[in-house]
Amino acid sequence: MHTLPQQLANGLFLGSMYGLIAIGYTMVYGIVQLINFAHGEIFMTGAFGALTVWNVLPDGMNIWAALPLMLIGGALVSVLIAVGAERFAYRPLRGAPRLAPLITAIGLSLALQQAIFVWYPGADNAKNFPQLGTHPYHIGSISVQRNDIFLVVAAAICMIGLAAFVRTSRTGRAMQATAQDPDTAQLMGIDTNRIIVIAFAIGGLFAAVAGVAFGLKYGQINYNMGFQAGLKAFTAAVLGGIGNIYGAMLGGLVLGIAEACATAYIANIPGMHQLGGQGWANVWAFVLLIVVLLVRPQGLLGERVADRA
Amino acid sequence: MTTGALTLTACGSRSDDSKKSSGDDGGGSNITLTIGVDAPLTGQNSATGLGLQYGTQLAVDDANANKLVPGVTFKVKALDDKALPATGQQNATALVQDSNVIGAVGPLNSGVAESMQQVFATANMVEISPANTNPDLTQGKDWATGKKVRPFKTYFRTATTDANQGGFAADYAYNTLKKKDVFVVDDKQAYGAGLASIFKSKFASLGGKIAGTDHVNTGDTDYSALVTKIKQSHADMLYYGGQYDESELITKQLKAGGVNIPLMGGDGMYSDTYIKTAGAAATGDLATSVGVPVDTLPAAQNFIKAYKAKKYPGDYGTYGGYSYDAATAIIKAVGAVMDANGGKLPSMNDARSKVVDAVQKTDFDGIAGHVAFDQYGDTTNKQLTVYQVKNGKWTAVKSGVYTG
Repeated sequence: MHTLPQQLANGLFLGSMYGLIAIGYTMVYGIVQLINFAHGEIFMTGAFGALTVWNVLPDGMNIWAALPLMLIGGALVSVLIAVGAERFAYRPLRGAPRLAPLITAIGLSLALQQAIFVWYPGADNAKNFPQLGTHPYHIGSISVQRNDIFLVVAAAICMIGLAAFVRTSRTGRAMQATAQDPDTAQLMGIDTNRIIVIAFAIGGLFAAVAGVAFGLKYGQINYNMGFQAGLKAFTAAVLGGIGNIYGAMLGGLVLGIAEACATAYIANIPGMHQLGGQGWANVWAFVLLIVVLLVRPQGLLGERVADRA
Repeated sequence: MTTGALTLTACGSRSDDSKKSSGDDGGGSNITLTIGVDAPLTGQNSATGLGLQYGTQLAVDDANANKLVPGVTFKVKALDDKALPATGQQNATALVQDSNVIGAVGPLNSGVAESMQQVFATANMVEISPANTNPDLTQGKDWATGKKVRPFKTYFRTATTDANQGGFAADYAYNTLKKKDVFVVDDKQAYGAGLASIFKSKFASLGGKIAGTDHVNTGDTDYSALVTKIKQSHADMLYYGGQYDESELITKQLKAGGVNIPLMGGDGMYSDTYIKTAGAAATGDLATSVGVPVDTLPAAQNFIKAYKAKKYPGDYGTYGGYSYDAATAIIKAVGAVMDANGGKLPSMNDARSKVVDAVQKTDFDGIAGHVAFDQYGDTTNKQLTVYQVKNGKWTAVKSGVYTG
C-alpha cells in the first residue's frame, strides 16, 4: 500500500482543478438556479486566452515572468465570455421555464467549442502549452510537479479569497442575500442583475485559473477539453452540495481522490479485476455521486433542498 | 462541368452513362470518375488522416498526367470521418450513392472501417484502406484461433495487419531491447485493444513477463494514477495500443513522474505530431509502422518531391505512400476492366463489381513496395519497421518482414 500517499496527492491535484471549475457552476446555480453547461467551455477559452498571450510574448521569455500576464489574459477572455453569455444568452430568458436556458447553455457550449476549433489557428489538434519545468520534487515517497504546486496554491488562494469576499464585503453579503431570495433582495435595494453578473465573472475568473493550471499540468490544451472537465466539475458541485462554494471545493477534492484511488486499488479487490483501472475512473466517479445523492440528496455540504414559497 | 452533367444523367441511365463525351479534351471520348477518400481530416488523428487524402490526390494527378487510363479523368472526393465510426458509415453511404464514385481509399481507423465495410459490400464497391491494421477486418473475428474467414470481398488493404505488427514489436522488445517486464495499456478501441493483446501474447510466449495491464479512455487527460501504478510495477517498458492523442500525454506524465522507461506503440503513434507535442519526453520512445520508410525507397522519390512541393500539412510518412498505391490499384483496375470491355466502361453497377474483381488480381510495383492482395484482401507486402525517437525525429532502427 505504499503508493497510497502518491495516489492521494494525484487525487488532490486533479481535485483542485475540478474544484476551481465547480465554483463557477455552484455560484451561478446558487443565485439564479441555472446550470451553466457552457462553463466547461469558459474554462477552455481561458486556457486558449492564456496561450495566446504566451504566443504574442517575445520568444524565450521566462515562464514565471509570463505567467501573471497569461493569467490576466486568460481571465479577461473567460470573464468576458461568462459575462457576455449571461447578458446575451441567459438574461433574456430569465423567468422563462427552466428548460429554455438549459438548452441555450448547451447550444452556447457547442458554439464556443466549434468557434475555437474553426478559428483558432491549429486548434484542430492539441496545442502545446508552456510548462513550469518537469523535474519533480520529492516529499517522502511522493513526487510533486511544480505545475501541481501551482495548481494547489492557486486553488487555495482563490478559495480563501472568495470566502473572505463573500463573508466580509458588502457585495458578498448582497450575494448571500440574493442567493437566499432574489425577489426580497431586490426589494431591499440590491441590484440583483449586478450580483448575477458578478457571480458569472467570478466563475469565469476561477475557470481561467483552472484553464491555465490545466495547460501547465498537461502541457497541451484542446478545443474539446472543456467537455469532460466541465462534466466532472458539475459532478463535483453536485457532490459537494450545489450552491455551496465550500461544497464545490470539497466535492472536487473528494471526486479527484476517489478517481485516483479507484484507478489504483479497485482492480486489487478479489473479483473486481475487470472493474478497476484507468478506464473505469469515470464510472466510479459517477457511482460515488449516485451513492452520495442516495444517502444525502443535498450533497456533502448542502444544507437543504431549497423549497421556496 | 463534365461531372455535373454525369451526375444528372447517371441516375436515370443504366448502361450508357460512360459513353457521354464531353468534347473538352480534344474531341476524344472522355469520362470523369471519382475516387472517394474517407479519413479524419479534422480533429483527432487529422495529422495522419490528411496523408490519406493527399496521397490519393497525388496518385490521381499522376494518373491523369500520364493518361494511365486513356479516356478517363480521375477526381478525388474526400470526406471527413472525424475518426468516428458513425460518421464513417454516413460517408460510405454518401460515396456509394454518388454514381461517379468507382472506389474508395480509406479509412484511417480500424474501428471506423468496421462500420463502413458492409455499406461498400452491399454496393459492390471496392474499398482499399492504406492504414487499417486490425486483423478482424480481413480475416474475421476468429482469426487468432486459425479459423480465417474473409467477411467482405470488397475490402482490401495495403497496410499489413497488427498480427504482424504486434508480433514484430514484441520480438524487437524482447530480443533486441532485452526488455523483460512490460506494462501493457490500450485504449479499448478496435485498433488499440487488438494490437495490445497481440503484443501481450507474443511477448509472453517469448518468455517475457507482463508487469501489469490497464485500459484508458480516449479523450482522458489525467493519467497520474496510471503512472503511479506503472511506477510501482517496476516495468522496464510500457507498451501502448492506441493513437498518439493519448500516448503523447501518457509518455509526458510518465517521465514527469520519474519513470524513465520507453513507451512503445504501433503505427497509430508513429506521427510527427507525437514528437511535437510530447517534446523531450518522447526521446527514446518507439513505434512500429507498416512497410519500410517511404523516403528510403527509390520508387517513392518523385512522390516525396511532389508531396513536399504541394506543402501539404499532413504527414506523408505513415500512409501517404500506401494511399498512393491504394488509389493506383483502383485506377489500374479501372483500366483493366475497360480493356476487357473493348475500351469502354461498363454501366456503373457493373463497373464497380468488375473493379472489385480486378483489384483482387492487382499485381504491380507501387511506390511503397509490391502491391498485390492475398485471398483475404490483405497485402502480400508484410514489411515492417521499428522507429525510435532520436534527436526529435522518428529514426528507423529496424526493418524486416515478419512471418510470425
